[in-house]
Amino acid sequence: MVLKIFFPTCCNTADSGLLIGRWIPGQDSAVVLAVIHYPFIPGQVKKYLSETQNQSQVDLAVLGSWSLPKDGQEGMDSFLKDLSTIFPNSRWLQLSREIGKRGFACQVVHNRITPPDPAQGGTDKKDQIIFIHYDQRKVMLSQLHPIHEESPGEESSELRAVFHTVAQSGPLFLLDRYDEGPLKLTHWQSEGREASIVVELSKQAVFLCLCMIACVFVILNIWPVQFISSKMSTCVQTAYRTNHFQTVFSTKKATSHMEFMRKANIFVSFLVDMSLGLLLVSWLYRENHISQLANTLVKLSLYRFFLYHIHLWISYIRLMSPFIEMILWYVGLSACLGLTFALSVLSDIVALLTFHIYCFYVYGARLYCLKVYGLSSLWRLFCGKKWNVLRQRVDSCSYDLDQLFIGTLLFTILLFLLPTTALYYLVFTLLRLVVVMFQGVIHLAIDLINSFPLFAMGLRLCRSYRLAEGVKFRVLCEEPGTPLHLMMEINPLKCSSVLQRYRTPTYSCYPRDSWVDLCKKLFMGELIYPWKHKTTKTD
Amino acid sequence: MAEKNEFTDINGKAILLDCQNYSSFCREFTVSSPKVSLCKVIVCTCSVWLFAYAVFFVTENTAVLSSAIIITLVGMMMHIHLVKVEHETLLIIGSLGVQLSTSYASGRESTTFIEMSRIKDIVINEAVYMQSIIYYLCILIKDSGDPNGIASVVPLFQSSKPRLNCLVQVYKSCQAIIAQTR
Repeated sequence: MVLKIFFPTCCNTADSGLLIGRWIPGQDSAVVLAVIHYPFIPGQVKKYLSETQNQSQVDLAVLGSWSLPKDGQEGMDSFLKDLSTIFPNSRWLQLSREIGKRGFACQVVHNRITPPDPAQGGTDKKDQIIFIHYDQRKVMLSQLHPIHEESPGEESSELRAVFHTVAQSGPLFLLDRYDEGPLKLTHWQSEGREASIVVELSKQAVFLCLCMIACVFVILNIWPVQFISSKMSTCVQTAYRTNHFQTVFSTKKATSHMEFMRKANIFVSFLVDMSLGLLLVSWLYRENHISQLANTLVKLSLYRFFLYHIHLWISYIRLMSPFIEMILWYVGLSACLGLTFALSVLSDIVALLTFHIYCFYVYGARLYCLKVYGLSSLWRLFCGKKWNVLRQRVDSCSYDLDQLFIGTLLFTILLFLLPTTALYYLVFTLLRLVVVMFQGVIHLAIDLINSFPLFAMGLRLCRSYRLAEGVKFRVLCEEPGTPLHLMMEINPLKCSSVLQRYRTPTYSCYPRDSWVDLCKKLFMGELIYPWKHKTTKTD
Repeated sequence: MAEKNEFTDINGKAILLDCQNYSSFCREFTVSSPKVSLCKVIVCTCSVWLFAYAVFFVTENTAVLSSAIIITLVGMMMHIHLVKVEHETLLIIGSLGVQLSTSYASGRESTTFIEMSRIKDIVINEAVYMQSIIYYLCILIKDSGDPNGIASVVPLFQSSKPRLNCLVQVYKSCQAIIAQTR
């Protein structure tokens, strides 16, 4: 049988002592977590192990002994043999290493309680051993994908069991060889403790003040307000962000990895959104950009639609023009709430300014639609057929002479009016499509800013070991006669997988019609609605 | 110990198989594809630039020339980074798993590791490829629901496509290790 021992790289140069770790059930492998140095009292070791086991829910055991003989420490062999009787286990590992050599020597002592079964081959075969070196800190912080949320009582995958064991053994790593205490351990913390008092203090402060801000937001629930606010993208965006506030600043700590990543993504994307908005504000309020923008908007609304303008609309704009600059100044301040907010305000302004185009489009479309239906029905009359509503098909029908006469007359009239109506419809539809495209682009940009997982991408780029797709093995050059040594490294998740898994869900949904359906609708004169928002259904 | 053998791939080009025996249950097989040939690069570049010069001659626009240079450079970089495979490696470690690694001409390496508990078997399969039938080595992955079923098939040495004689050598070593350590 091949025995696999997962050995942390931080213990490669540790002083002689006892190996603490876990035997993975069902597999022939062991994970070494720490080394307890001589001198120690076996009773205290057992007490410490049972305490840590209660705290961390990982069944720790003494796996064996580790010897790295330094000067003046000869004669360890007999001492090591005695230890296997004090810590009873089915297998006892005796690992040793000499300074100057890179390979380890290992001997496995089997303490069988029952004698070996002769039917299974009698004597023990010589165990073949693989040493797999792993970076303890990285494996502890890493999250293996695909994420299995269920509590792993029975891990069928060996690697998952190893990652889970190291991640759960946090309480074991609190005591160090440099601490004053009965036991001295070596693990990843021995390479240098990581803590920053600034980070801890700031975490407490941010938490408190943002809890207060979350309570300030109030959502109006009256029906007319709700209807209008569902149409205006500004209000939808505000509601979306409020939801996010509640998620991020809730007092519950994130229990699982996915919840933590979602919170972190929302927080980072909100910060970036605010900073972009402030950047926009700082650019807008410099060098008279506001007045330039106001002038362009006034010009657009007056010149472009000169021939098709209703007098009311012209006079309305003329009345508003001295105030537009001031309105824009105050509205521009809303960009402080984030770039997405500014973009949704822009989208709403465009919708309001082009409301007359929307009205003309609806009139033109309805007229054209009526005309097309009328023409098709009268054409069927001309051919002697009729549309059967019950059977949803075309049937033959015998018409009276006067019906035929009037029908043909109407058909001719509609036919000659068709080019005019079609042209009006074409022009208004094209204008409406231009506006819808522009709004669509803005909404795409907002959606991108809302859903892009910035924290996850940052984590993937800067600390790629945190998100693991799998592992990589590298054979370390060995000396003949020593067991095989492998180096286990973490294989980070691909960037496309990161985007796919950690996208924040947004409120927009993409159009259900394909291009062919769209063209059919345009030809028939049916109204086209811009992309709808996903409405939250309440029972 | 390392052993180098020369074989050919399905198109007739020479490939190199390198077997490294780290231990009785750990072996590494590396199939190296032939390198980018200088003639092909020169022919491609010259044809693109001649075409660009002809267009420049007609239109008298210098942007054509600079865009041709940029296109050639970007195209070559994308080719060696994304397309051109230098060698493919199979590292089999008894009772631990199988590691597949592809290294590209620009130095990029893409690695996957499949645990032994997920592997049902390593077999040589036949496939209809254009107008011919070729052999390829693949790993059968166990299905978590059905104990006798196969969830997926992972083909090996996709870019180098060695012939049957090379595949048989790799297959025999893999089967020996799997049988020994199961």
